[in-house]
Amino acid sequence: MSKPIHFITKNFDKYDVSSIGSYMNIGGFEALKKAVTMDGEDIAATIAEAKVKGRGGAAYDMGRKWSQARAVIGEKKVVICNADEGEPCTFKDRELITKDPFNLIESMIIAGYTVKAQDGYIYMREEYSHLRPLLLNAIRQAKSYGFLGTNILGKGFDFNIHLYSGAGAYVCGEGTALIRSIEGKAGRPRMKPPFMKQSGLFALPTCVNNVESLSIVPHLLLDDKKEYQNYGSGESIGTKLISVGGNVNTPGVFEIPFGTTVREIIYNYAGGIKEDRAIRLIQFGGASGKVANADLLDIPYTYDDLQKAGVIVGSGAILVIDERTSVIDFLRATQAFFSHESCGQCVPCREGNRHIKLFLEKLAAGTATQDDINAMKKIAKIMAMSSLCGLGETAQNALVSAMKVFPESFAIGGAK
Amino acid sequence: MEMVNIKINNIPLQVEKGTKIMQAAKKLNIDIPHLCYHPDQKVKAHCRICSVEVVGKRRLLAACSTDVWDGMEIHTDTPIVRDTQVGILQLILANHEQNCLTCARNQNCDLQELCSRFNILTSHLPDVSEHLPVEDTNPSIVHDPSKCIKCGRCIRACKDIQGISALTYAGRSDKIRVTTAYNKPMEKTDCILCGQCSLVCPTGAIVEKDDTQKVIDVLQNPKKHVIVQVAPSVRVALGDAFKLPTGAIVTGQMVTALRMLGFDRVFDTNFGADLTIMEEGSELLDRIQNGGKLPMITSCSPGWVNFMEKHYGDYIDHLSSAKSPMEMFGAMAKTYYSKQIGIDPKDIVTVSIMPCTAKKFEAARPEMGRNGMKDVDIVLTTRELTKLIKYVGLNFQSLNASDFDSPLGSGSGAAVIFGTTGGVMEAALRTVYEKVTGKTLDPVDFADVRGFQGIKEATVDLGIRKVKIAIAHTLINAKKIMEKIKAGKCDYDFIEIMACPGGCIGGGGQPIGTTMEIKKQRMASLYAIDKGMKLRKSHENPDIIALYKDFLGEPLSKKAHELLHTHYHKVQKEHEFSKFNKK
Repeated sequence: MSKPIHFITKNFDKYDVSSIGSYMNIGGFEALKKAVTMDGEDIAATIAEAKVKGRGGAAYDMGRKWSQARAVIGEKKVVICNADEGEPCTFKDRELITKDPFNLIESMIIAGYTVKAQDGYIYMREEYSHLRPLLLNAIRQAKSYGFLGTNILGKGFDFNIHLYSGAGAYVCGEGTALIRSIEGKAGRPRMKPPFMKQSGLFALPTCVNNVESLSIVPHLLLDDKKEYQNYGSGESIGTKLISVGGNVNTPGVFEIPFGTTVREIIYNYAGGIKEDRAIRLIQFGGASGKVANADLLDIPYTYDDLQKAGVIVGSGAILVIDERTSVIDFLRATQAFFSHESCGQCVPCREGNRHIKLFLEKLAAGTATQDDINAMKKIAKIMAMSSLCGLGETAQNALVSAMKVFPESFAIGGAK
Repeated sequence: MEMVNIKINNIPLQVEKGTKIMQAAKKLNIDIPHLCYHPDQKVKAHCRICSVEVVGKRRLLAACSTDVWDGMEIHTDTPIVRDTQVGILQLILANHEQNCLTCARNQNCDLQELCSRFNILTSHLPDVSEHLPVEDTNPSIVHDPSKCIKCGRCIRACKDIQGISALTYAGRSDKIRVTTAYNKPMEKTDCILCGQCSLVCPTGAIVEKDDTQKVIDVLQNPKKHVIVQVAPSVRVALGDAFKLPTGAIVTGQMVTALRMLGFDRVFDTNFGADLTIMEEGSELLDRIQNGGKLPMITSCSPGWVNFMEKHYGDYIDHLSSAKSPMEMFGAMAKTYYSKQIGIDPKDIVTVSIMPCTAKKFEAARPEMGRNGMKDVDIVLTTRELTKLIKYVGLNFQSLNASDFDSPLGSGSGAAVIFGTTGGVMEAALRTVYEKVTGKTLDPVDFADVRGFQGIKEATVDLGIRKVKIAIAHTLINAKKIMEKIKAGKCDYDFIEIMACPGGCIGGGGQPIGTTMEIKKQRMASLYAIDKGMKLRKSHENPDIIALYKDFLGEPLSKKAHELLHTHYHKVQKEHEFSKFNKK
């Protein structure tokens, strides 16, 4: 068993999540107190130095994002915490909110200070409604302690946090759909430009960050000994929260150092496969992620190594499917998800998902022809190349990667 | 002006910074395919068929929404671009009800055109069209959701032009629909039947209710005396449908065509327009002099009247009681004219050629007629007239010009400009000014009330007092004025409102492809017709003078009131939330 690491999760189970006093007893809000003595640019630089990449899935350089957001000129700006954790098999953000809500609040205030925003919005998926009281309580207490509101810590900095719940659409995790949802409009993505950093929520410059990305920040600011940078290497420094699910013995959220092998993750952290069955496939990064077979077990979990192996970090999800499920049946389940969650505005995603679903049914029934396979491939390409938003772009990641890794499943007559 | 250097298909080009790829390509005479894009609308980037390759970009970019940048290298015909554009077209097609041969938009359809352009001969995608029921419960507009490609143009027109949003997206993924709130029939929503949605729809999903067969039938009936009137804006728009130069004035050919179609008399709605000025102008003076309700607002645009009834029912007495020119014409046809030629009004059929889908609804109003007879029996849009002309096989472009019949075929220049925003106001001013001051107006043009500005204002000295006037077109602008009235902050005396952008020249029944650029030409043509006429004031129309002398007496006389005026009513909408929302 690998030794558990606690950097991002160091506050887990260390304090009473309903009490700000308890949080402050373990050093809560020290990072904020330090932050407000720093120049915002230095805060962004600290994050950049740790090479933190956005952990919602897009892996955009977070220090750069904050630095750009800070540079945008605007009388009012907005910071959004994207807690619409809708990627199937991804549940790390839920863990962070449940076990360390005050840290999230603190990190949002630091984000607001850094990019010079006045308002922060937490957009939390509807399925996490049970966590609303916890966050609302944390916001209320932070306000009563003067960490939110006007003239925070006497620095003339004003910031407030608002909590919004989605209505259950996966696509609202996409930035432009998310802001429309907060604005009270139907949660459908819009074209870019205008880009969020210039014109996002209520047409204000907006900086959106994932829960995990934000949660790292207070720990990094207090990490004088640069403990974080002891982990990992190259572009993948530090630790990462992953959620492992599927046919494993102990599914759950684990903090791992970058560089841990996939085998260690599955067999040590997640307890191995149920009844020691063979692995059929592993999907990385959620339903929009790519799949691999067991050949990749000894690959280190880093951005670069996974990419070389044909998969992605994405949302940090690892879904393990054992031999009982066929590749095609797995794809049909993934497809059912996207056929339900496409917003329906753009043709490639709306119609592409509709047709690929039908082709997969034919494949499962053994009635698909080579023409069908070719058409499916072509549609998947069109979706990836021309969809309006990331949903359509990535919806066929699983299919396209499966076609490469499991060609036998797409052989006419041999579909299994 | 900052210029950038780009390359399209390796051809160097310099364009203004901020130009979209689609417009840049146009400069090289490259037409990038598009469906959701419409030149008068905000860019949506939904259909993605305009996807093109840009060197250095991992994905294709939408040409409609992407600004060019310096050094940008664009390719519009690489294999991936072709595959994507054709693939998207095939995806749309698989979900599109393919009964093109019996579609109202056959040979006049953006989707059909693209299929022809890309030589789509076959598709091995399964047919996933949904065969949804056609919605045709109102007299104006038919919605066939199976032909909808969900491009969103109608939604934008309804929202951005009219501020109504009767149409919207509902549902998601392949269940997404363009529909009304709670799927109510359009007439039971906030919809005012203006037909702007039908004007921008790229396919046959939203079309005018087709009444051409009714006209063909009555024209074949020897017992019926069938007369036709044509609205002023039709004569500068009809040519578009026959590929004549934009804004071409085709009055003479149009009259000949109508005669060759078999109409017994070809008359002009301009006669009704001159009559409207007599009545409405007198009503305005009466209201000003006798403390009547001000501001008085014109009521000739039926979409606007529907809007008043549905949205501002409590302010309905601001509307002029004068009927629209079309209805005044109809009333005179079934009374005055009937008597003159000695034909029982029951045997007269009045057909109107209108730029407008809401006119179909107006004609069907119970207020518009008497003794069980309608004043106007059938309304055809400009688009339907086009179909009739094609039906009988006329070579429209080559027809000789001829004149309207008498007596309901005469009209002044003032009547002609009813077809554009500002025209009713100018026509009214020409008459009211002379009636009140007793002076001859010279020049007769009122430049302040012309042009495409959303809301125009002016003050006119009528001698007795100065009168403050305003002109608005589109209901987004009308709403601004109504909110002023509601707030008691409106000091206008007289307001002209037309529902459609540009007025009737941009009406919902005009030829497909009507854009802002085209409307400018039509507007210029209407003013040119007016300028070229000797008779430019409604009250000088000799046939109108004769009508009053022989039949009506004076404007606002008892008889005039009975035949030429009406009252509109507040309409309670089915989904009226306001009563629940009141605090």
